[in-house]
Amino acid sequence: MLNVVNLEKHFGGENVLNGISTEINKGDVVCVIGPSGSGKSTFLRCLNMLEKPTGGKIIFEGDDLTDKHIDLNAHRQKMGMVFQQFNLFPHMTILENLTTAPMLLKKRSKQQAQEKALELLGRVGLADRANDYPAQLSGGQQQRVAIVRALCMEPDVMLFDEPTSALDPEMVGEVLDVMKELAKEGMTMVVVTHEMGFAREVANRILFLADGVIAEEGTPDEVFDHPQSERLQSFLAKVL
Amino acid sequence: MQFFTSFYLKFVDIFITRGMYKMVLSGLKNTAVITLGALAIGVAIGMVIAIVKYFADDSKALKPLAWLCDVYTTVVRGIPMVVLLMIFYYIILVSAEGITVGIIAFGINSGAYMAELIRSGINAVDRGQMEAGRSLGMSKLQTMRKIILPQAVRYILPAIGNEMIALVKETSVAGYVAVAEVTRSIFLIRNNTYESVVTLTLLAAIYLVIVIILTRLLKLLERRLSNNAKRRKS
Ligand SMILES: Nc1ncnc2c1ncn2[C@@H]1O[C@H](COP(=O)(O)OP(=O)(O)OP(=O)(O)O)[C@@H](O)[C@H]1O
Ligand SMILES: [Mg+2]
Repeated sequence: MLNVVNLEKHFGGENVLNGISTEINKGDVVCVIGPSGSGKSTFLRCLNMLEKPTGGKIIFEGDDLTDKHIDLNAHRQKMGMVFQQFNLFPHMTILENLTTAPMLLKKRSKQQAQEKALELLGRVGLADRANDYPAQLSGGQQQRVAIVRALCMEPDVMLFDEPTSALDPEMVGEVLDVMKELAKEGMTMVVVTHEMGFAREVANRILFLADGVIAEEGTPDEVFDHPQSERLQSFLAKVL
Repeated sequence: MQFFTSFYLKFVDIFITRGMYKMVLSGLKNTAVITLGALAIGVAIGMVIAIVKYFADDSKALKPLAWLCDVYTTVVRGIPMVVLLMIFYYIILVSAEGITVGIIAFGINSGAYMAELIRSGINAVDRGQMEAGRSLGMSKLQTMRKIILPQAVRYILPAIGNEMIALVKETSVAGYVAVAEVTRSIFLIRNNTYESVVTLTLLAAIYLVIVIILTRLLKLLERRLSNNAKRRKS
């Protein structure tokens, strides 16, 4: 579904990604781990072209997103993204946050969009907050809404960039639970995370990024219990 | 006491008995027309420039347009308003009426400043908002319209208010191109009556009152905007 071919990204003189190739198949839950500054966010943001790669290809459902003539907006509708800082729209109610894009881009009627939004909101336990503004919600609640906002576009893949890193510890669980649920339903997910427990439990594949390359990859068993490279071993020793 | 009595009597004589208040009122009307017209043009120009420059950051096609915008703001900011006004009146818009020239010239002048105000309002909105909009598949323009501008308004409106206050006072030079706005009207009355103290005091008082009223309205607006923002937080 998502094919990354020799992806490179340079910022000025700094080489952040140095040729990353991997394939993400339908139903995969891929967790990306690695030290700070290793390029995890940059990698994820290249997948939906929020960051323009300086080399390589991103093939999404058969189309090369790095092609100049591609309709990026149409493809992004099928790629949900959840940010570390939630990035909800503060001037809109929760319901408006969830319905604006589907009404604008998928030509849903207001009623259709609201029904879908309320149903999904109910599934994350926030149906009663539909008419509140984001700032009235806790961080964990906001992040759950942000996940629902992406889901309202009915994406084929969901990208998460450290979705729990900005949360107070007691709110991490509620967001991870929603993500586990999503994985169980078969959603294709790419998750940059420091939550090793989550990665071990939910991922079917782990990518270990270091110095802008995939230094090691495998199943959670392989990566966490039988790390091959010294880099991964020392990284795991620090975080586990 | 003597002074005030004589001031009062002259005031009544000139403006009421001799009916010159009508000139003052029609002057005020022209001042208002120029100010509001110029403000509208200024906001429109400023908005276009701000958006062009925002989009030019990553669009090669818009680079020449952005360069033109820079030339415009540099030129306009570098020329005194009166000079700009006369250039428009005597060279560019020779056959237009003074008041039309006034509206256009002040509008074009105002646009150069407005562009910067609107740009900083847009930049004050968190960068993550644009990314969130784009990640949903909204175009840059759609995100600007639905997400960024509604949030930027909170920073932009007060700035526009300040610009308007400056603009009202600035229009006092429109008399240079024969527009009988309030300053020019009072000048004419003064020339007619040889009475400086009464006329000029009234003129100063008029501007002062206008500015005080506008400032109050602006404070009210700012309070409403920040209350709106707070309501969303509580
Ligand atoms: N817009 C940018 N301009 C210049 N350099 C950047 C930019 N974005 C990221 N970088 C650099 O790229 C490198 C990788 O950043 P990235 O955010 O991808 O790392 P990360 O693995 O996500 O780290 P963290 O775990 O801290 O989030 C860093 O050295 C960073 O300074
Ligand atoms: Mg990161």
